[in-house]
Amino acid sequence: MSQIPAAKQGHRPVAVVAFAQSHVVRAETNSNEVEMLMPVVHEVFAKAGITKDDVGFICSGSTDYLIGGPFSFVTALDAIGVWPPKSESHVEMDGAWALYEAFVRLQEGDIDIALVYGFGKSSLGDLDKIFALQLDPYTMAPLNPDLVSLAALQARVVIDQGIATEEDFAAVAARSRRSALSNEFAQVRRDDSVEDLMAEPYAVSPLRRHCLPPISDGASAIVLVAGDRAFDLVERPAWITGIDHRIETHAIGARNLAVSTSTAKAAEMAGVGEGPVDLAEVHAPFASQEAILTTALGLPSSTVINPSGGALAANALMSGGLTRIGEAAQAILDGRAKRVVAHATSGPVLQQNLVCVLEGA
Amino acid sequence: MAERVAVIGVGQTYHRSKRDDVSIAGLVREAAVRALEDAGCTWDDIDAVVIGKAPDMFEGIMMPELYLAAALGAVGKPMLRVHTAGSVGGSTAVVAAHLVAGGIHQRVLTVAFEKQSDSDAMWALSVPQPFSAPLLAGAGGYFAPIIRAYMRRSGAPLDTGMRVAVKDRLHALKNPYAHLKMPDISMEKVEESVMLWDPLHYLESCPSSDGAAAMVLGSEKAAAQAEASTGRRPAWVHGMAMRSEPTMFAGRNQVNPQAGRDCARDVYAQAGITNPREQLDCAEVYVPFSWYEPMWLENLGFAPEGEGWKLTQSGATSLDGGDIPWNCSGGVLSSNPIGASGMLRFLEAALQVRGLAGEHQVEGARKALGHAYGGGAQFFAMWVVGADRPE
Amino acid sequence: MSDQTYVTKDPRGPVTQLATPMRLDYLFTAGLSLSRNLRGYQRAEFVGQKCPVCGKVYVPSRGSCPVDGVALTEEVPLKNTGTVTTYCVVNVPFAGQSIKIPYICAQILLDGANLSFMGLIQECDVEDIHMGMRVEALWVDEADLVPSLASVKYFRPTGEPDADYETYREYL
Repeated sequence: MSQIPAAKQGHRPVAVVAFAQSHVVRAETNSNEVEMLMPVVHEVFAKAGITKDDVGFICSGSTDYLIGGPFSFVTALDAIGVWPPKSESHVEMDGAWALYEAFVRLQEGDIDIALVYGFGKSSLGDLDKIFALQLDPYTMAPLNPDLVSLAALQARVVIDQGIATEEDFAAVAARSRRSALSNEFAQVRRDDSVEDLMAEPYAVSPLRRHCLPPISDGASAIVLVAGDRAFDLVERPAWITGIDHRIETHAIGARNLAVSTSTAKAAEMAGVGEGPVDLAEVHAPFASQEAILTTALGLPSSTVINPSGGALAANALMSGGLTRIGEAAQAILDGRAKRVVAHATSGPVLQQNLVCVLEGA
Repeated sequence: MAERVAVIGVGQTYHRSKRDDVSIAGLVREAAVRALEDAGCTWDDIDAVVIGKAPDMFEGIMMPELYLAAALGAVGKPMLRVHTAGSVGGSTAVVAAHLVAGGIHQRVLTVAFEKQSDSDAMWALSVPQPFSAPLLAGAGGYFAPIIRAYMRRSGAPLDTGMRVAVKDRLHALKNPYAHLKMPDISMEKVEESVMLWDPLHYLESCPSSDGAAAMVLGSEKAAAQAEASTGRRPAWVHGMAMRSEPTMFAGRNQVNPQAGRDCARDVYAQAGITNPREQLDCAEVYVPFSWYEPMWLENLGFAPEGEGWKLTQSGATSLDGGDIPWNCSGGVLSSNPIGASGMLRFLEAALQVRGLAGEHQVEGARKALGHAYGGGAQFFAMWVVGADRPE
Repeated sequence: MSDQTYVTKDPRGPVTQLATPMRLDYLFTAGLSLSRNLRGYQRAEFVGQKCPVCGKVYVPSRGSCPVDGVALTEEVPLKNTGTVTTYCVVNVPFAGQSIKIPYICAQILLDGANLSFMGLIQECDVEDIHMGMRVEALWVDEADLVPSLASVKYFRPTGEPDADYETYREYL
């Protein structure tokens, strides 16, 4: 049996043994949330070689405002079949944080297998209006700022502080779209030249359309297994050797928007810098955010960034962060990498960030 | 393998129908500051914050924890936001407790709130969804038919619910934080109140409240430090669990849901409880509509199926001479800041075993149950806390 | 360490509430399974859907068997008649309410289905409603049929003898 890599935080070893995702599309008009999620859950169980009866804990991530009604996570449970009753929980956050909760729950030794999933349909409402409701209800939400404008404010700081240029943004977008050509689940899969992208007009200066993420519907799921049992299920489990998340102040004016202190802190706690990083899946919905994050993560220049295409190629909200962990883990499961980093973000202009280091045996 | 978890500090707001003296940040901070003071610690001592509330649509703020990060001292720390419908206050405490039990953190601040006066919960629960069966009746209308089914199955006397409504309001008179204060409450008053959702009278239903609850949960080491500095002993978590089942399926027992029974069985097994009525000294149970007391007495194993109402009728659940007082704080029937209502149950159970419940203290309480449920009575969260450190 | 109370010098005192009107519009996705129900309503028919694992018949469906977590694959036509398994009388006014109070809200188990759903009962005095009452759906005029439960005007008593308690005890 292979050795389990040492965990940075001295925790019970937990591994990703299976990852599945839906095809991420602009609008999934045939299936409701349950129908979109169900095949993904079936697939992740099949890949792990387990059934729902083997699962000791379930945790999901979603948000009611995407569907415009309360309790969207309740209906989604119908995709699993939580009968007999299951130990189950839900975060009103991206599924990456549901994975964190499940990771914590696996620490006590009483259960070994957890199912994690995230889902969301962004096609149903007007994201700019919806996400304005995420802002301080007394001072910011009444102004109704849209997502792209907030990201543009941040991008301007990035340019002014000399961290990246508009050409750099275009290069990030071009690389992401090109990488997505080999990812059948991605939505924006194209071979664009930086010159062509730079010829686009501004959406909101200094951001051009290619700097913006697509609007996407999708779902993803992961099976976590603790201890040696992971080796019974798959040959090369992706062991979580470090995981941490941090939040910053909501007050945009109180932050240096070109620096992600929460990502840097989470990366330090998760031990990103304590070994080589073969590849990183970075959750940067706007092209202008990638440089901020790769700097904060402290990634070496040799690290391959977002081979899946990342959020610029497929941006299913509430599962996007979990998908980063899944894509990074898949590289280990497939034997393509030994040590990888996954990152997830939540909140306006990178307010909250999670970092996960995964290693193969 | 799991680390022991202690409740080392608790705090709650004065629950009112309208707390227009504070913003949402002010409301949660009021509870959090009281919990920190009780725990004898400062914001810097807190490693992580876990916050819960019912649907975001209640206040119209998407993921309000993002804006509350600074008010709750979470900047630079991990912050989690739990949402499991009405059980969320309980689930949030359980998630926070696992961060300590799993050896991740030493001290975790957990908070839950609802500012119902900023919102319209009836509206949020009845948002028309074109393809779903229209919810014709609001929350009470969802539960009233289930209550009627219980009445039919158990043959409980019609005044059982009214007794609960009176008892919990009398309890609330002893709790300074309670929202409803009805010194003149009586069976007649309940019976004369409007029949909102037949068979539920107005006074058999929970109020709509603004309020927040907070607890500092700590490791064994943190508990020792807190006790040394404050002189107040902690409550120890002896067992905790969550269970969920689907909203609707063929043959679902909505009166006595399996998930509730399983959750109780799990938490009792962890706490070494075989006879809850005898081994627990009191319970804080989520009873938003009066009839849920006899129903949950059965679901939680305090009475055989079909006989929960007998305990209620006999006065067994009353602080005034009952052997197993339920909801000494006044319960959800007296204060209902929805997202916080479950955490208040967990918190009040801890207060009892710490001997700090004041006028509504059950004398000599050593072990207590905290309980929350939500959705279509399908999500359950529970813990058993004790005065003694578990083995 | 308690927070200090801040009092404004403005004689009007603190601002206690701020209204931010907002409007969000959504496009809902019915999904494949519920679409079968919705097309049924448009034909003035209830369409049951059977779970391939447990064989239970659901109406309406939300896309899966909630017990087995699998898609429902077989359509089962159902009649217009059913039994009131339980009910309540709604006497509370709330925003968005379209029916005059008091009214009866009942759980109705359609004949041949294994799941009850909530429906409005009319042509029945609130004093007369009871568990086990046999009811039938009254559909709107053909020209007004739509792919929604709005095609069901309401349910009303059929006048048949009550259903035996045992036939619906499991579906409360």
